[in-house]
Amino acid sequence: MRRLINTFANARLRAQIVKELLSILRDPRSRLIVFMPPLMQLFIFTFATTLEVRNAHIAVLDQDAGQWSQEMVARVGAADFVSEVHTVRSRDELRELIDGRKVIAALDMGPDFSRDIAAEGTGTAQVIVDGRRSNAGQITVAYLNAIAAEVGTAARKEPQGASPVVVRHWFNPNLIYRWFVVPALSGILVFFSALMITALSIARERELGTFDQLLVSPTTTLEIIVAKTMPALAIGAVLGLMMIAAARFAFGVPFEGSFGLLLPSLLLFILSVVGIGLMISSVSATQQQAILGSFAIGVPAVLMSGFATPVENMPTVLQWMAQAIPLKHFLVIVEGTFLKAMPASDIIANTWPLAVIALVTLTMATLFVRGRLQ
Amino acid sequence: MSTHPDTDGGHTRDEGVAVVIDSVTKHFGDVEALRGFNADIHYGRLTGLVGPDGAGKTTLMRIMTGLLVPNGGSVTLAGFDVVEDNDAIHIASGYMPQRFGLYEDLSVMENMRLYARLRGMDADQHSDIFKSLLEFTRLGPFTKRLAGKLSGGMKQKLGLACALMAKPRVLLLDEPSVGVDPVSRQDLWRMVQALTDDGMAVVWSTAYLDEAERCESVLLLNEGKLEFDGPPQELTDRIKQRSFRLTGVSDERRDLLSRALDLGSVGDGVIQGDAVRVVLRDGAGREEIDALADEVGAQLEPVQPRFEDAFIDLLGGGPGGTSALAERIDSVKLDSEIAVSCKELTKRFGDFTATDSVSFEVGRGEIFGLLGPNGAGKSTTFKMLCGLLKPTDGEAHVVGHDLRRATGAAKSQLGYMAQKFSLYGLLTVRQNLEFSAGVYGLEGGTKRQRIEEMIETFDLKQYLSTSPDSLPLGYKQRLALACSLMHRPPVLFLDEPTSGVDPITRREFWTHINGLARKGVTVMVTTHFMDEAEYCDRVAMMYRAKLIALDTPDALKRDSRSDKHPDPTMEDAFIHLIESAELDDAASADAQAAA
Repeated sequence: MRRLINTFANARLRAQIVKELLSILRDPRSRLIVFMPPLMQLFIFTFATTLEVRNAHIAVLDQDAGQWSQEMVARVGAADFVSEVHTVRSRDELRELIDGRKVIAALDMGPDFSRDIAAEGTGTAQVIVDGRRSNAGQITVAYLNAIAAEVGTAARKEPQGASPVVVRHWFNPNLIYRWFVVPALSGILVFFSALMITALSIARERELGTFDQLLVSPTTTLEIIVAKTMPALAIGAVLGLMMIAAARFAFGVPFEGSFGLLLPSLLLFILSVVGIGLMISSVSATQQQAILGSFAIGVPAVLMSGFATPVENMPTVLQWMAQAIPLKHFLVIVEGTFLKAMPASDIIANTWPLAVIALVTLTMATLFVRGRLQ
Repeated sequence: MSTHPDTDGGHTRDEGVAVVIDSVTKHFGDVEALRGFNADIHYGRLTGLVGPDGAGKTTLMRIMTGLLVPNGGSVTLAGFDVVEDNDAIHIASGYMPQRFGLYEDLSVMENMRLYARLRGMDADQHSDIFKSLLEFTRLGPFTKRLAGKLSGGMKQKLGLACALMAKPRVLLLDEPSVGVDPVSRQDLWRMVQALTDDGMAVVWSTAYLDEAERCESVLLLNEGKLEFDGPPQELTDRIKQRSFRLTGVSDERRDLLSRALDLGSVGDGVIQGDAVRVVLRDGAGREEIDALADEVGAQLEPVQPRFEDAFIDLLGGGPGGTSALAERIDSVKLDSEIAVSCKELTKRFGDFTATDSVSFEVGRGEIFGLLGPNGAGKSTTFKMLCGLLKPTDGEAHVVGHDLRRATGAAKSQLGYMAQKFSLYGLLTVRQNLEFSAGVYGLEGGTKRQRIEEMIETFDLKQYLSTSPDSLPLGYKQRLALACSLMHRPPVLFLDEPTSGVDPITRREFWTHINGLARKGVTVMVTTHFMDEAEYCDRVAMMYRAKLIALDTPDALKRDSRSDKHPDPTMEDAFIHLIESAELDDAASADAQAAA
């Protein structure tokens, strides 16, 4: 421990930290790597990437033209997710619209639609979906189903006028997609920035030959690792806090939990990522290898982190592997802190794995750098 | 000056003009690579394209092969304009770039077959060409070896074989001797000689000025300008009667060189083993140098001028002899007279032994050179001595500190200047200075004072806020030296410090090194330049991981004296040592076989 304190207090380390910070901030390419992806991803993820279906075009073939079919068409036309209803006169026309990707789904109501409802209290309408867009298609079918259920309820003229089953979502009652995505983004962006900054740091010096210059100086391996950790930690923390602030103030995501618990978790998370980055960097001979290496590790890590698919749904082996991904733990913490005021005990349960990962990866990185001297 | 009568052994040769360069200019952004000049290159002749790095050699080569389009002027090769008849150029010329495009994962034979097919030849129909090329390059026994596993010299020979595949009329070799040890280099010269005897025009570009003397004709480039065009002899003749050697001063030779260079009448000077070699300025008399020789008791004798001397003279002489750096620092005092030592130093990488029980001691204030062909183990040994590699066996000490145990203490006693200078291009010059001061633990007032000293000594003030990448080469070298000396180390390690540096910058560098040595700083140096080995007090020659010779440059030269080489150069000595080491190996192998 005393060695660690001495390490922090000496001039050699200060000189190196200044050097590392300057190399990142003065390099246009590094600046681009550090600051462009966060901004771009912020816009892409929040505005373009969405699991909701909006601006859908729907075709309607109304062969019935009765009371209920018109009710159906009116409700579809009034629905939020529909931007345009194409009325067609024949099945061929309908097929053309689907084939040409003009509409995502088509509603086909037979000539007996209203009569059946009047006679039996239920009618059958056909929905044809563009299977090439399976995800959006399924969601559209679900929306159309909901509309059909409403029409059904109205047709039965039941006094309560509501669906028999009501689903109520806790923590995000309106299922606002951004509430989920934006806090998670803070984790993903910090993950990639810290990974890239550190993955490039040793490899850059090795490529330019300055690493030998560093190794012949009396500086220790520990100092080298600490010096390369600090700028990434600082920049990562600033980026992370910016994203968290954006989520809270620009996107209005409710922040229910404790900031005092989130901040140390964020720092530990960055440390564990820095360890991975430095491990990649210490085995890379060139910057190109380092970039390839960080993508080879970073992309699967994001996919397995629980951001896109729940970790619980993955095969058991992958679930084990996911425990080694810092992002997986941090996502639990950040989502929990934003939306559900996660209690301290739960946060700590997700923080100690981060500490373990950081300890292991930073030790490995130190050993790898030292191993290069053998 | 474009045609020269060529009398070589009496037999007449094709004297046609192979390449016509007509006021060709080329610039890359603001950088003027070629500033417009005329020159002719002839068939049946070896033409040297000589000049320091950045002189425009490669640019001219690439224009001649039609790979670059000149901004102005024209180049005609074998009667074809390089821009308009681009396709014909590729057939008429063979080009070997600096790093020849060999496929490292293919064998020697597969590489040759590939290049034959690229040239549109049916590889099976031309087994005779393959056979003669393999014989010519002496690569026959290695046809199955992967190109990546060849030595530097063998790679160049394979590259040459591939470039010769389609029997070009003009062969362009871009720095073929870089990374090639003197023995392989001799092989290359022999091959090129045979080609020109057959009437081919061969252009050999090089930054080694001593190679110019072996060419029949020379185009000397400097900063994109043609400084000289003609036989090298013509240039060296200009400084005839002006080159001298001062002998009998072995102990004070560095001091003598420094004083000689400060004389107004001396334009250039270097150390050659125990002697000092000087070149007088044009029109200057001998009086000053005679007086100096008398004063220190040295003998002054006229010597054959060298091409490099002439080049420096052409550029107006080298730098003065006083090192502002050495003036400033205090004499180094050590407890022992031994600054660096190693004992049974061994390094193995798996089965491969890179350094095999090497032992030597280097005294305080000594300049100690490590020489050897590529892969001989000199870099490995050097890296173990400065703590970049851990020895498998044996030990290394720097100023009494064991590099294994007292790593930090040993490292703070040494300065290190890497090949290509290893400066932080992303930081400014001042930030680089501050970093190297800080990383050696300098703080506060001492730090500020040292940095200011270095700025003043090396005249870096005007460049403080620029990036080292945009510095002129000479200043880059000064900055690298300043950074490595910031903590005043008693031992300085230089890893190929002047490769790719022009001769004037190289001289300035050695002025500083000589000055430091006189102050008691021990200098360890690896080098490819044989005349740089002459600056060393002692030279350790490594071959196949072993130390095969360790002596003063003069003694090494003396030992290699033979009827063929009555006055051997350092390069002759090098070749002699390696050849005798190979003979010894062969003899002991025979003895083993007999037993």
